[in-house]
Amino acid sequence: MRTWLRHHRQAFAAALGKLAAQRASSAVSALVIGVALALPAAGYTLLESVRTLTGRMALDPQLTVFLRGNAARGDVDALAARIKSDPRVAASRFVPREQALKELASVEGLTDVVGALESNPLPDAFVLRARDPDAQAIDALAADLRREPSVEHVQADTAWARRLAAVTRLARVAVLLLAGLLGLGLVAVTFNTIRLQILTQRDEIEVSKLIGATDGFIRRPFFYLGLLQGAGGGLLALAMVWAALALLNPQIAALAASSGANFRVAFPPAGSAFAVVGVAAALGWLGAYLSVSKYLREIQPK
Amino acid sequence: MISFSGVSKRYPGGQEALKSVSFAVQTGEMAFLTGPSGAGKSTLLKLIPAIERPSSGSVVVNGQNVGALKPAAIPYLRRHLGIVFQDQKLLYDRSVYDNVLLPLAFSGVAPREAARRVRAALDKVGLLGREKANPVQLSGGEQQRVAIARAVVNRPAVLVADEPTANLDQESALRIVEIFVAFHQVGVTVLIATHDQGLAARFGQRVLRLAAGRLASTEAGA
Repeated sequence: MRTWLRHHRQAFAAALGKLAAQRASSAVSALVIGVALALPAAGYTLLESVRTLTGRMALDPQLTVFLRGNAARGDVDALAARIKSDPRVAASRFVPREQALKELASVEGLTDVVGALESNPLPDAFVLRARDPDAQAIDALAADLRREPSVEHVQADTAWARRLAAVTRLARVAVLLLAGLLGLGLVAVTFNTIRLQILTQRDEIEVSKLIGATDGFIRRPFFYLGLLQGAGGGLLALAMVWAALALLNPQIAALAASSGANFRVAFPPAGSAFAVVGVAAALGWLGAYLSVSKYLREIQPK
Repeated sequence: MISFSGVSKRYPGGQEALKSVSFAVQTGEMAFLTGPSGAGKSTLLKLIPAIERPSSGSVVVNGQNVGALKPAAIPYLRRHLGIVFQDQKLLYDRSVYDNVLLPLAFSGVAPREAARRVRAALDKVGLLGREKANPVQLSGGEQQRVAIARAVVNRPAVLVADEPTANLDQESALRIVEIFVAFHQVGVTVLIATHDQGLAARFGQRVLRLAAGRLASTEAGA
């Protein structure tokens, strides 16, 4: 056990030593991996931020119920009671037609238009918030309310939410696809750098085999090399995303503020950041594994 | 103990390097293997650490039938052998000390003990003062002695050397063989291949003569 631990420590130290000895090429490899990973990582970061944004929007799922112009007071009261007792409704507010006209008149540019009207064309309305922000639940609630005799029209703006959700899903698949492709690229890059490393250490490998090193002992430093290179690339990718956000966020916030919104792209949480490094390390290990399996077998001392 | 019985080795392509060779080197014995170039000396020595496998016959080293070993068992066989290669196979990207340390890196020897053994091995070949040097800075004879130190650092019971005196002047060659004799005197089984019959005869040890892949004669030691 102690020997095993020492062997792993030696292999790890050897891999670190190789990286330090070939600083320039290690840095370039890590940079290649970093850039390749930064793209999907940035895409993921953006998607997560948009998702929390749309989540916040969907948390306020409003329906507007317009009543028929000829609805009697009693019908209105009955509908109010019906809405209040519906368990799917979180809150409701009655907007009488007079108030609606007043609100419309207060909108700049419409004051004269409203003043020119002979009678109030606006109906009474209920503005209500559904308990379940899911688009399907909102549509079902809207359909039920439409069947009420005193209801003229129910407006539930789920169409844009559906569209946004569809776009987000599409973007998510695209990011996954990109991550898959670039992950494959990472494996290929590691495969190649480990192959070069094996070739430059050909003599050492040959001698080690001749004097009794097991294949496991010879392979181990290369696994660590792939692992470290992948992890280094992952860290670099996070650094790039972080730097990009630091540059972009003030601009994004300014843009959002100009349309009255408060939005910024958040750096991925620790768990996700850790996962990026972990996945990069695992892919690096895989590349090293494939390379070592292929090329070490070819070195047979004669 | 090294024992060959009816060993033949045919390389792919049909060339027959060894033809039905049988002999035994007893535990603690020292023997020379001579013969002209191409007689099969190197092939014979390569069968001992299973670098090559016999086409027929059996090679037994320390009680193990080497030709039948599984690939996974070969590293452990080699750790118990001291091998000096014809081309030395030193690593020129590291010091003399690190070259000798290499076999101990994977045999599970604790670092402090390993350092002690490396120094002891270098001391035995008279190179203790050159441990920090790079092998390229050393003379041919000194490089050969580094190779010997690396071969014995694991304290093998069997020491095998392929042309350890090739390309050396008479004096250096004698010096090298004397080192092997010293190991033989402390109980190590030694087998040395050399094309130099005069050198082999000088030490009064058994001489096995190979010619065209066959064992031509065996002269008992004095």
